[in-house]
Amino acid sequence: MSSPTPPALSAETLAALRADFPILNQEIRPGVPLTYLDNGATSQKPAAVIDAMSHYYEHMNANVHRGVHAFAERATAAYEGARQKVADLIGAGDAQEIIYVRNTTEAINLVARTWGDATLHTGDVVISTEMEHHANIVPWQMMAERTGVTVKYIPITETGLLDMGEYRKLLAEGNVKLVAVAHVSNVLGTINPVKEIIKLAHEAGALALIDGAQSVPGMPVNVRDLDADFYAFSAHKMLGPTGIGVLYGKYDLLEKMPPYNGGGSMISKVTLTGTKYAHAPQKFEAGTPAIAEAVGLGAAVDYLTKIGLANVIEHEKALISYAMERLSEVIGLTTYGPSVEERSGLVSFTLKGVHAHDLAQGLDAAGVAVRAGHHCAMPLHDKLGVAATLRASFYVYNTMEEVDTLINAIESTRRYFA
Amino acid sequence: MDLYSENILDHSRNPRHWHALENPDIDYEESNPLCGDHLHLMLHVDDNGVITEVGWEGQGCAISKASASMLGEQLVGMKLEDARNISKEEVLENIGLPLGPVRVKCALLSLKVLKAGAYGLSSPEGAPTPSAE
Repeated sequence: MSSPTPPALSAETLAALRADFPILNQEIRPGVPLTYLDNGATSQKPAAVIDAMSHYYEHMNANVHRGVHAFAERATAAYEGARQKVADLIGAGDAQEIIYVRNTTEAINLVARTWGDATLHTGDVVISTEMEHHANIVPWQMMAERTGVTVKYIPITETGLLDMGEYRKLLAEGNVKLVAVAHVSNVLGTINPVKEIIKLAHEAGALALIDGAQSVPGMPVNVRDLDADFYAFSAHKMLGPTGIGVLYGKYDLLEKMPPYNGGGSMISKVTLTGTKYAHAPQKFEAGTPAIAEAVGLGAAVDYLTKIGLANVIEHEKALISYAMERLSEVIGLTTYGPSVEERSGLVSFTLKGVHAHDLAQGLDAAGVAVRAGHHCAMPLHDKLGVAATLRASFYVYNTMEEVDTLINAIESTRRYFA
Repeated sequence: MDLYSENILDHSRNPRHWHALENPDIDYEESNPLCGDHLHLMLHVDDNGVITEVGWEGQGCAISKASASMLGEQLVGMKLEDARNISKEEVLENIGLPLGPVRVKCALLSLKVLKAGAYGLSSPEGAPTPSAE
């Protein structure tokens, strides 16, 4: 076993960081500490996020954008302050380009139901990919039923990369109006060349939507540098709470789009004969929003910014390099996806003769939490020719020792079922 | 490591009645979309409504296979009418392990397939057949 790449975060920094996460400091069963490697599903939350949400409820709870009393103003300031933090995190030009939604899934559905339904017609083409999460496939298939557009898919190569040659061919076939691609695959871990994908889409006259659910949590992202038209992600995978996510959209696009839900907050004037809508982002945020969750998201952004996302990805790279090396030593184990250089901090694998669910159960007995199943990417699993895989996904608080715990648990489960 | 009982391991390694039946009277298959487990049940039923032969095919985790295997053993010689009344509790008792809400679905897939087949439903469209995979 060669010595692993030294992690970006020193042992002291990592120990201090782990102490910020109350959930990590417990045993899932007597004598069995938690080894949490299911970060691709959802991340754990630091005390800073939990406290910010409690503080909001204890000291300023009020509805936002309504009323002029002190709490209403404090709540509105906190809610909008978080929007600015998110805009700064991803390099948006303006906080007005940040729309709060429930999660990545809703962000993508919002684009399909507003921009898509209003703009697209029979004969138009939307390009997605074989490696997408269902959240970036199903909304387009549903939109196709409503509008008559055709959905085409960029295939993946043997090594789990997008086939860029095939992408160019799909664009050349014409009528492409939207390219919807994950920045990072939630199964293969592939970091896709989205800047180039977006450039090619624009040259073909199409817009580009990027599913950033797996990228924003773990690497620096700048939507203006990428020139993304839409960029979607969830708070809960980046140390924030569930129930809130973000759709970034270029402001001129957002202004041209029809509203999403109708109701309070999204109007500028209502009469009984008609309604004039508010500007973005309020136009897309009907009803009382997830205020405490926005505050929690703001705290998560602060926390990540303090660590530095460049450090997060470097730390994940060190963990995944070591994990890939150790996994390659396990008899009968197959990993999926590209080389470490082209991959984020996650890996999916199967073990010969042991069903993914049984392997996950074996790992659980050792306190190791991973995901088993198709990870909401059934078309990709069809392509890989497996019904289910196991996925270990690392994050900023994971350690090299936890990689060893994972490998030891796989080995003992393998022996158990052998 | 002591994950499952010897009984479950035995049934999952050597599942009983694990073969296709020719001209089955009841033929039903279904997948668990959460994990991709797939079970195909075939039954021969005589004129008195008694199950004479059971055949399973498919793929799954140890729990779903063991559950199907044990259920199959129980079915031979049973009236189809009575098979419709086998309860979830009975199946889970046979498994004899504490199961969370996710694994319970693995354990109960075989019963789901049996009930749907026994009530004369046809397999859902697009159910993949193991041979085609």
